[in-house]
Amino acid sequence: MTDLIWLVIALPLLGAVGLLFLGRRLGEPAAGWVASATVVVSFLIALVAAIDFFGGGAGAEPQRVMLFEWIPGLGIDFQLLWDPLSALMTLVVTGVGALIHVYSIGYMHGDARFVRFFSYLNLFIMSMLTLVLGDNFAVLFIGWELVGLSSYLLISFWFEKPSAAAAGKKAFVVNRIGDLGFLVALMLIFATFGSLAFGDVFSRAPDLLKHGGTTATAITLLLLLGAAGKSAQLPLYVWLPDAMEGPTPVSALIHAATMVTAGVYMVARTGALFELAPFSAGVVATVGTVTALYAATIAIGQRDIKRILAYSTISQLGYMFLGVGVAAYVAGTFHLMTHSFFKALLFLGAGSVIHAMAGEQGVWKMGGLRKVLPVTYATMAVAWLAISGIPPFSGFWSKDEILAVTFAKGGWYVALWAVGVVTAGLTAFYMSRLIFLTFWGAPRWDEGVEPHESPSVMTRPLLALAALAAVGGLVNMPWTPALEHFMEPAFAGLHQGHLPSGATSWLLGAISVGAAVIGILYGYRRYVAATLPDETGAGWDLLEQGYRVDDLYGATVVLPGKRVAEAMAFQADAKVLDGAVNGVGAAVKEIAARLKPIQSGLVRSYGAAILLGAVGVLLVMLLRGGGL
Amino acid sequence: MEVTGGWYMALGAVLFSIGAAGLLLRRNALVMFMSIELMLNAVNLSFVAAGNELGSLDGQLAVLFVMVVAAAEVTVGLAIIVMVFRRRATASVDELSGMGG
Repeated sequence: MTDLIWLVIALPLLGAVGLLFLGRRLGEPAAGWVASATVVVSFLIALVAAIDFFGGGAGAEPQRVMLFEWIPGLGIDFQLLWDPLSALMTLVVTGVGALIHVYSIGYMHGDARFVRFFSYLNLFIMSMLTLVLGDNFAVLFIGWELVGLSSYLLISFWFEKPSAAAAGKKAFVVNRIGDLGFLVALMLIFATFGSLAFGDVFSRAPDLLKHGGTTATAITLLLLLGAAGKSAQLPLYVWLPDAMEGPTPVSALIHAATMVTAGVYMVARTGALFELAPFSAGVVATVGTVTALYAATIAIGQRDIKRILAYSTISQLGYMFLGVGVAAYVAGTFHLMTHSFFKALLFLGAGSVIHAMAGEQGVWKMGGLRKVLPVTYATMAVAWLAISGIPPFSGFWSKDEILAVTFAKGGWYVALWAVGVVTAGLTAFYMSRLIFLTFWGAPRWDEGVEPHESPSVMTRPLLALAALAAVGGLVNMPWTPALEHFMEPAFAGLHQGHLPSGATSWLLGAISVGAAVIGILYGYRRYVAATLPDETGAGWDLLEQGYRVDDLYGATVVLPGKRVAEAMAFQADAKVLDGAVNGVGAAVKEIAARLKPIQSGLVRSYGAAILLGAVGVLLVMLLRGGGL
Repeated sequence: MEVTGGWYMALGAVLFSIGAAGLLLRRNALVMFMSIELMLNAVNLSFVAAGNELGSLDGQLAVLFVMVVAAAEVTVGLAIIVMVFRRRATASVDELSGMGG
């Protein structure tokens, strides 16, 4: 089955291209079902191919599938790697992806570009699978760029809206900054190892890179820059909140569950390099922790349901970075998996709410939806408890594992753990705020809005995700670490972080749960038990605008960049470059004008010139004494 | 006074110069044509003179080629001039600018 793993990528690609050319004939909703079918089949193939890994032993060894020679001159092949890490990522991408495809059939109903939407979604799935299945940095990079493209296409899917078009552009440009770092890292890797294949690089890294040396640190910091761009970490997170301009299923699939986790995947995949650069690993953990806290504080002040979830995503990605930063690769990817369940669920639920509210996204104009949207409420409540870290829901197990490993590392990392716990409390609070303001209390709807539950094609994916978000964490409980065993071959040979032993573990868990409970209880007191607080002051506005970082970037980066571009366009280009080119032209014209009279059109004057020339040649011959 | 090879060369040069001057100064195409013939024959004269001087037949050989080509050129050239004269009632080269020359 492993030999057929290329089908996992080929099917969505076929779907994307096929829908682009033939989709109009299929129309709605057949095109959506075709697109969903390709992803479902991909999921099934991946599931069958992954079965070997559950058994352990020889069957669990990573497998490499060579498709074709790509750049023979550099020894780069288009080769796929099938190991537990890529298998887990593939299953998450196709599994959650398939559910979101089905949901989109309901959500995008009646959209003028229904078919194109599914073509783009399939393109995204194909790109993401290329990213996670590539066996060398070049294939990874191709997937990396392709998901950026799909993300751009889907954020600005409703390009008639200027804000959506601008958001797509912003995402693309900010990602470019990270991609530049990634690309330079690839060049450094190639210069050091002479190869981009994962096998070569990771096996020879301990010999060729000095532990803690400059090259190792430079490569890993540049990789981190790339990861921070894709995974919306400080300071490159600004594109993600704006990306909410895209259709909600896109936010769920790309900007919550899958694409934004690519950075986490990349750091986990290159763990062998980060191990040689402890400083960089520390930077990864610190960036993640700071981002988690920072984004959580902004999420508290958001008034748009999708923007709350966007900042929440940034915050949760911070946890994952913390996880892979402290070498808790399994915990990091575990949180990646559970997060993709509950965050996709939250986004799809938010989509269902927005659908019901006829496009209204402000939480202050909702309220009381619990009775009108029972399925949406019940499923979102599961996700709420999961992300808040209430056991036994999935989020608790993964988040707590990351925090526990961080604590066990000691020293500076205890501070990171403390920040993580505070963030957990904030997370529980802002999620409670979202749930209470949306579903509880009295309705604050605009006139004429009559909410109604979404069709079953939308609610069924919600139920499936709710089941996963509820029990997904049980695959890796501290006393039955099934995922840990499953992932073992992928991280073999790495010095991974460990859980603290015995009572400490229980104590840490209790502290996390305590923080979450405090957050929820405070949320209940503030938004349910008393009259609704007034959140309109200048401080709240500052929070809602994300500390006005966009303005800061605008003043410090975008505006000077624009100035330079304008100077280049209207001064350097128009005057210097064009001046040189025009000057050459003018000089030729001038010389030509001077030479023009010679060509009089009178044959006799030409004849005279010939004669004079001949006489001149003869004179030279005579004076020089014969011969030329 | 003995007539040596140099005299022939001088005569050739004089004839060539007369022909060249005629070509440049006259406007009538027919007269210019005659001037060209004069220049060709001046060259022919210097060819045979030089050939005789050097004891080589190459000079006479070249003259034969020149005469053959000149004869061909005369037939074509005269035909053109006659046709132009019939159409335009003039043979002045300055007025014949129909080809943009």
